Amino acid sequence: MNTETKPDINIDRSVGDFRYDVDYAFDAGVGLTEKTIDYICDVKGDPDWVRKFRKEGYKKFLEKPMPTHWASKDLENIVFENIRYYLSQGQVPKRSWDDVPEDVKRTFERLGIPEQERKFLAGVEAQFDSEAAYSNIKEAVGKQGVIFVGSTEGLQKHPEIFKKWFGKVIPSGDNKFSALNSAVFSGGSFIYIPPGVKVSHPLQAYFRINAQNFGQFERTLIIADEGSEVTYMEGCTAPKFETATLHSAVVELVALKGAKIQYITVQNWSSNVFNLVTKRGLAHEDAEIKWIDCNIGSRLTMKYPGVVMKGRRARGEVISIALAGDGQHQDTGAKMVHAADETTSNIISKSISLGTGRSTYRGMVHIPKHLKKCKNNTECDALLINANSRTDTYPAITVRGQGHSVQHEASVSQINAEQIFYMQQRGLSEAAAMSLAVNGFVNDLVQQFPMEYSVELKRLIDLEMEGSVG
Amino acid sequence: MNTLSIRNLHASIGDKPILRGLNLDIPQGEVHAIMGKNGSGKSTLAKVMAGHPDYTVTSGDVLLNGQSILGMEPDVRARLGLFLAFQYPMEIPGVTIANFIRAAVQARLPEGEELEATEYYAKLYAKMDELSIPRAFTSRSVNEGFSGGEKKRCEVLQMAMLQPRYAVLDETDSGLDIDALKVVSSGVNALRGPEVGMLVITHYQRLLDYIVPDKVHVMAEGEIVLSGDKDLALKLEAEGYDWVTAKN
Repeated sequence: MNTETKPDINIDRSVGDFRYDVDYAFDAGVGLTEKTIDYICDVKGDPDWVRKFRKEGYKKFLEKPMPTHWASKDLENIVFENIRYYLSQGQVPKRSWDDVPEDVKRTFERLGIPEQERKFLAGVEAQFDSEAAYSNIKEAVGKQGVIFVGSTEGLQKHPEIFKKWFGKVIPSGDNKFSALNSAVFSGGSFIYIPPGVKVSHPLQAYFRINAQNFGQFERTLIIADEGSEVTYMEGCTAPKFETATLHSAVVELVALKGAKIQYITVQNWSSNVFNLVTKRGLAHEDAEIKWIDCNIGSRLTMKYPGVVMKGRRARGEVISIALAGDGQHQDTGAKMVHAADETTSNIISKSISLGTGRSTYRGMVHIPKHLKKCKNNTECDALLINANSRTDTYPAITVRGQGHSVQHEASVSQINAEQIFYMQQRGLSEAAAMSLAVNGFVNDLVQQFPMEYSVELKRLIDLEMEGSVG
Repeated sequence: MNTLSIRNLHASIGDKPILRGLNLDIPQGEVHAIMGKNGSGKSTLAKVMAGHPDYTVTSGDVLLNGQSILGMEPDVRARLGLFLAFQYPMEIPGVTIANFIRAAVQARLPEGEELEATEYYAKLYAKMDELSIPRAFTSRSVNEGFSGGEKKRCEVLQMAMLQPRYAVLDETDSGLDIDALKVVSSGVNALRGPEVGMLVITHYQRLLDYIVPDKVHVMAEGEIVLSGDKDLALKLEAEGYDWVTAKN
């Protein structure tokens, strides 16, 4: 289906819902066996230790049951043997947009990536199905010794740093999907920030699924050396297919002594994507890891960004916004593991359910007995728009020992008819009134996003609300 | 023709009739007051005109400059120039006053036309100064944590910014001390003029010392039972509502 799409076409509700035909030079075919893994290793030229790591991951994936005893039964609808695990045009990402093949480039241009890069980013990686098509950082940032490359290049050219941390924050057997990712991972970013370097502009990765029945399994590893600071943003889209698509990433962050990492996600997958992602950071002494996570798209998202506070006075934070529209389930939350004295964690989660949408908050906070002066604050607020919308909250807070401070607040609210009437009386349509109220509900969190993203977020919420009122 | 006309209006909530054949004409340029006991249907009248979904109009009509507005969505009526200052303004958490009014002003512009931000703020600040509203208010969430007086001043600010053709003020004096009452009244008086018709709903005569009406109507059991000039309000204050009922 080669659609000759004009740039001025009336783009549908989802900006990412379009697709150009692309020729793939490398295709691992449908289904997953050891052969699939060997194919991926051969194409990528993986060293032996990676091949071994993948095969161990595959074994664990087969052993582990689906977590349907606590998670959504919808997981059973993923048919692993129908998925294509590796598709690419080639393995070497281009350093200039001019060198990116035309069929892929026009996708990213339509999504506005090169433009954003010029305007406000320190570096960009653009992944198309299994591999990055483009990866580059601004010269000034590169001169500071910052490494920002794809995972394949990272493990091949920087094995001494890569190997030290890869799979250490999230072991391959952490869960069924981290095991699957370990077996077939491809793409994602490898970032290293040298000691004391503060990257002033964000680095960005953009993930695009273009092919049908495809699984995207990127793997990101970010290491911020002592006293360094970095902000990383990721965005993602896919066209809407009739069949289910799987996105299962693993993201590991390491903040060494006094380092700060801020990781921002705006997830806008189309509503046929299973988005099952494992994200965790390791914060050393005086380090800070902050996840800012926004989930708007997908059919089912399961994602609980975590921080293991390993060093004294380490801080972990998760700020999360979820919008579950008709037929969507956003199952999100946070994991905070306190593993040193005087560590502090903060979780703020706001969810909006509309139509038959369902949002679930799962939070795990763990403070063991032998520690002193740890602090956690958890706030989760849910907003229900329609009578058939649903929200659930499962907080699991384990605090042992004395002298800790833990606070938990949760609320569920509805936009009431009187508020809507009040706003309509001022001349706003019902949909505009709903949008305004919903934007108001998440406003304090949206302000934590960089300006360009908060504008985008507001626009996405407006689009969702437009469809939600009769 | 430049009149807000209410014709033989019957309206109920559930099965309970509240308005029972109410007639009233408010020409642009005039200020009318409706007085009446609690439960006489004053606030219902305001809500029915604005299109509140809880009320059903069973017969009659409301015409804005000759055009029937019944059956229109509340926002369509508002954009035609009908404004209601609420007795109990709603809180909208997370939405600042500046953004709220801006969205309302924007909603009145033709499609594709963008509100000019500097002009908007210049006008907003000027109106806020007239109403003695501190600048810091623009970044506060609409009505959230406001005192009674602040809420009412914010209603009048919205009215000033939206420049309605007809404004209904529902118990705008309730919950105000005398100083706040003076500020709110002078704000309302500043908006009087040949282009705007006002309906001031109040329980007490006190407000009408500050907003002097052209006509006063007395409402009882869902109807206008007596109309007169501003002296009628004084008479009512002296004699009480029972005087009207006894007189009928």
